[in-house]
Amino acid sequence: MSEDLPQSLPWSRIEVAVNPDHTDPAGRAALHELRAVGLKARDVRVHRVFFLQGTNDPAPLLELLVDPVSETGRAGEPVPGTGRAVSVCKRPGVMDPSEASILRALRSRGVTAERAVTGRTYWIDADADDAALLDAVGRCLANEVIEEMGAGPVPSPRDLPHGHGSDMIPEVPLIGLSDDELRAISKRYVLALNAGEMRNVREHFATLERTPRLGELETIAQTWSEHCKHKTLTSPIEYVEEGRTEAIGNLLKETVFGATTKLDKDWCVSVFKDNAGIVRFDDEHDICFKVETHNHPSAIEPYGGAGTGIGGVIRDILGTGLAARPVANTDVFCFGDLDTKKVPKGALHPLRVMKGVVAGVRDYGNRMGIPTVNGAVCFDERYTGNPIVYCGTVGILPRGRSEKAAQPGDRILAVGGRTGRDGVHGATFSSETLHDESDEVSGGAVQIGNPIEEKRVLDSLLRASERDLFTAVTDCGAGGFSSAVGEMAEHCGADVQLDQAPLKYAGLNPVEIWISEAQERMVLSVPPKHESEILALFAAEDVEATVIGTFTDTGQLVVRHGDQTIVDLSMEFLHNGLPKTPRRAEWTQPAVEPEAPASDDLAAELERVLRHGDVCSKEWIVRQYDHEVQAGSAIKPLVGPEGRGPGDASIVAPVLGSHRGAVIANGITPRYGDLDPYNMAMCAVDEAIRNAVAVGADPENIAILDNFSWGDCNNPEVLGAMVRAARGCHDAALLFSAPFISGKDSLNNEFHGEHGRIRIPHTLLISALGQIDDVTTAVTSDLKRAGSKLVLVGETFCEMGGALYGGGKGKTPAVRESAPAVMRAVASAIRSGAVLSCHDLSDGGLAAAAAEMAIAGNFGVRIDPSAIPVGEEMGRLDHRLFSESATRFLLEVEDVPQLDVPHAVIGEVTEDGTIDFGDALQLSLESARSAFFHWEDTLR
Amino acid sequence: MSVPVLVLRAAGTNCDRETAHAFATAGGTPESRHVNELLAEPQLLARYRVLAVPGGFSYGDDIAAGRVLATELKEKVLPELERFVTDGGSVLGICNGFQVLVKMGLLPGPTSDGQTVTLSHNDSDRYEDRWVDMETPESVSKFVTAGDDFFFPIAHAEGKFIASDETLDALEKNKQVVFRYRNEGRSRNPNGSLRDIAGICDATGRVLGLMPHPERHLEPWHHPYWTRAGLANEADGLKLFRAMVAAAE
Repeated sequence: MSEDLPQSLPWSRIEVAVNPDHTDPAGRAALHELRAVGLKARDVRVHRVFFLQGTNDPAPLLELLVDPVSETGRAGEPVPGTGRAVSVCKRPGVMDPSEASILRALRSRGVTAERAVTGRTYWIDADADDAALLDAVGRCLANEVIEEMGAGPVPSPRDLPHGHGSDMIPEVPLIGLSDDELRAISKRYVLALNAGEMRNVREHFATLERTPRLGELETIAQTWSEHCKHKTLTSPIEYVEEGRTEAIGNLLKETVFGATTKLDKDWCVSVFKDNAGIVRFDDEHDICFKVETHNHPSAIEPYGGAGTGIGGVIRDILGTGLAARPVANTDVFCFGDLDTKKVPKGALHPLRVMKGVVAGVRDYGNRMGIPTVNGAVCFDERYTGNPIVYCGTVGILPRGRSEKAAQPGDRILAVGGRTGRDGVHGATFSSETLHDESDEVSGGAVQIGNPIEEKRVLDSLLRASERDLFTAVTDCGAGGFSSAVGEMAEHCGADVQLDQAPLKYAGLNPVEIWISEAQERMVLSVPPKHESEILALFAAEDVEATVIGTFTDTGQLVVRHGDQTIVDLSMEFLHNGLPKTPRRAEWTQPAVEPEAPASDDLAAELERVLRHGDVCSKEWIVRQYDHEVQAGSAIKPLVGPEGRGPGDASIVAPVLGSHRGAVIANGITPRYGDLDPYNMAMCAVDEAIRNAVAVGADPENIAILDNFSWGDCNNPEVLGAMVRAARGCHDAALLFSAPFISGKDSLNNEFHGEHGRIRIPHTLLISALGQIDDVTTAVTSDLKRAGSKLVLVGETFCEMGGALYGGGKGKTPAVRESAPAVMRAVASAIRSGAVLSCHDLSDGGLAAAAAEMAIAGNFGVRIDPSAIPVGEEMGRLDHRLFSESATRFLLEVEDVPQLDVPHAVIGEVTEDGTIDFGDALQLSLESARSAFFHWEDTLR
Repeated sequence: MSVPVLVLRAAGTNCDRETAHAFATAGGTPESRHVNELLAEPQLLARYRVLAVPGGFSYGDDIAAGRVLATELKEKVLPELERFVTDGGSVLGICNGFQVLVKMGLLPGPTSDGQTVTLSHNDSDRYEDRWVDMETPESVSKFVTAGDDFFFPIAHAEGKFIASDETLDALEKNKQVVFRYRNEGRSRNPNGSLRDIAGICDATGRVLGLMPHPERHLEPWHHPYWTRAGLANEADGLKLFRAMVAAAE
């Protein structure tokens, strides 16, 4: 782009400020953040600064960059502010999405500029010196992983970074090296391969009688990464439970996949082989769903990490079948406690992580025009250094478009963003644990996304698909071109000419080009007869598309840069040469501890539960997401007359003009995981299905996804917990007849800090994709009218283990054989039209569920705890109110419908503004609301 | 007579499909076109009776919402757009489309005055998706009858309507204020817009821009609490699209 520009080419500088007579909302927001980190500031104003290289006429710049109604701009000099200035701008080479837009707008005015760089200045009115201001800004407004800051006005931009320089790729001799030496090589080149894997590589090249090239080692490392191959969960495991030893050949195949194979549903179209699982939707469409994790990048740079997480899973959907159209997003997060004072060195405060993650999902998802309709947030102090970020996308595609295969002779077409150094080694980085220097050494793995680039790719790719111009497509995700091309060419072969790939800037060496994970790129296989048509189509939409090679029938992956061969590997070795590393797993079920004594103030306990982060209103998050774009929103994430109640699941009708709905729900229960990972998994599946059924989904047609976020599975106990959870997934899928269609695991979620390692709780997200024939038969959880009856369906047990109430001691909730019958009974009651509202019972049990329905509908409830159907002797009222037993629903009805499962009328809806459980608990609706909505007062 | 509608899209436009669907449901014949086609051949406009600039984040809303697309249209298509309106064509700008029309000076107009109003960052400094009640004062709009209530969702970060007092007075005097956020009960102005302005029209009454999204209330089940209030016969959004198609027939 600009590599040949003389360094002396001057920069024009434009500074823009909101006029003093208008409020500056960005300044007010910054003021709030600075005060929150302890800076006693009186006022903050934010000025935007633009640098343009290659033009020196300020008039068109001012006209473009300054709003004539509300802003003031100056060319060449700062706009004076009050107090002291701290400036922030992106580090050279970090994506600045606005650059292309600014250059384009100037071109339409006939002005040609070469580069545009943006920055911002905070004018802070406070009694503090520069050092204190820089410290405060660094803690809440700038992230030095991607940004630079300094006192005073924004300095002129520096030149773009250059790569490692040499184009010559070395060979790496392995012959005769010991295991320790092989490990040292793996570490030196960030390959994340163990000694056994390195030995296989050494032997392969010994057979070929040559020395491996670094490019070949990198390609193998990317392809064999945990991220791409799930190698831990597919390895042979020696599993010891309660003294018994058994051999597991392939955990994933025997549990999650195994259940799907046994269920053999005819509505499953493509499972566990494409980027996303695909099921039938209607006569003309299939529907697909994928959920990904993006944990480690989000720990270091929450905004960029979460944004590129959602960007990546959207590309997964674009690369499913012959391209699916994304129709809904879902996001589930786990953070440390928001009010914690204990943040280890090298970790960001959980509040900052949450704000950054939410903003990242918001700015990427909203710009993509995909509604974010569902989510959850869980809190535990062990997530502080290692937050969990799950991003999921649902897509729709015409039937008959789910199979793809690149053909020999097809062109390899790289589409979308250019390749830069950003994201080199992301796949291998994600497979390592985090430590307190991660933010220094891994900066290259953190990126900022450019959603508009991806939106252009989406628009044009779907048009190319409608015209049937390509034979296969996949996204450039982990491993970049190396994984995308390697995967598409697995059954044929490929010749790649890397010097054809468009670059963001000069100086990348060929291996960097090959493995860069720069965002917003897709790879297509295009028959030669369609080449000119597809190139014209992309050009018309301003999308860069470049042929970088050809698919072959040689079975070899050959990559060249100029005359130099970078990679010449057999597909057979690349895809099947990974040795199975035997692993050990152990599990000892912890003894059940007796429950805590009863609290003497259950109303205060309910208030505490409603305030808990896992339960309280997420309105602050939900409203920042566009949850209605695409005009398919039938049941929204927030329900009730004020649009503030928590919904169980969302429904979108993805085909314009049709009433058929996709139901999107999730289940996540990490609080049970320490005590019993098997029950945790069963409960997560139960919760996901329960949430879908609660709004009207057909329980016979629900597909589910598994996402494991686990600690270091080299620890046998950690892997043992995984075995238990995977078996829970298997049994639950069979019980509910709900097949898994896709899944993902993220291992090594541990933070190594100054006080040792902190392992996250075993965290399993189950995502559910249900269906409903007619969205106008759905129900919501807000209470509808005074005088109607409340029916509790399903039995309550004394299951306080992991519960929010009472310290979590006791048995964990179990999912019983009767569970599917309960789901069917509730679904049938909803279909009959007899149900006014329905809510599932989960965190906080009956008390929390009843309170949420009351808050959502703005009514009171009167409930008789003695009427609750129990499955065992339950003498204690607190247990009846707060037990988190699975498979239970609270229905509001006028007349009790036919229900052939345990149920009882336990109370009624009132107008007296009280959550009334008789003598056991009385809480005013007002108090319940202020506890439930407390984020609205504390977050901004 | 079928009414040809041009739904214009650019990089980052994201409400084009549902906006086209809304016009089709209302009886129009929508066609979606990339702005590059229009920039290359501005006279394409003459084939249509309605131009819709849908919501989204054109060019990422980089610099400011709608600014880059507004600059392009102003530089390359302004004469054709003015002729389109003079010849009786209608224009609808929704959300980002409203921002574009305002920043190119087509609203409130005349374009010779340049940009006289703006849509700036919400007072909350946050993107917000929420439903808003609107009332319709007496206006010169050809599509909206004074006194009708509308209920649409907003979904924006930059929707605060700002203008000088003189401009605001003139808009009211010339009856160019079409929609106001209702500020009573639990309904409130969601972004700090001056004088609660949610949508305005030009002097002809045929160029309309508003921040809330009528295409997101096309079906009765789009309503945020239809499960308690029941399903309406016709959704508020469809009423507006029907009126636009009818006026263009």
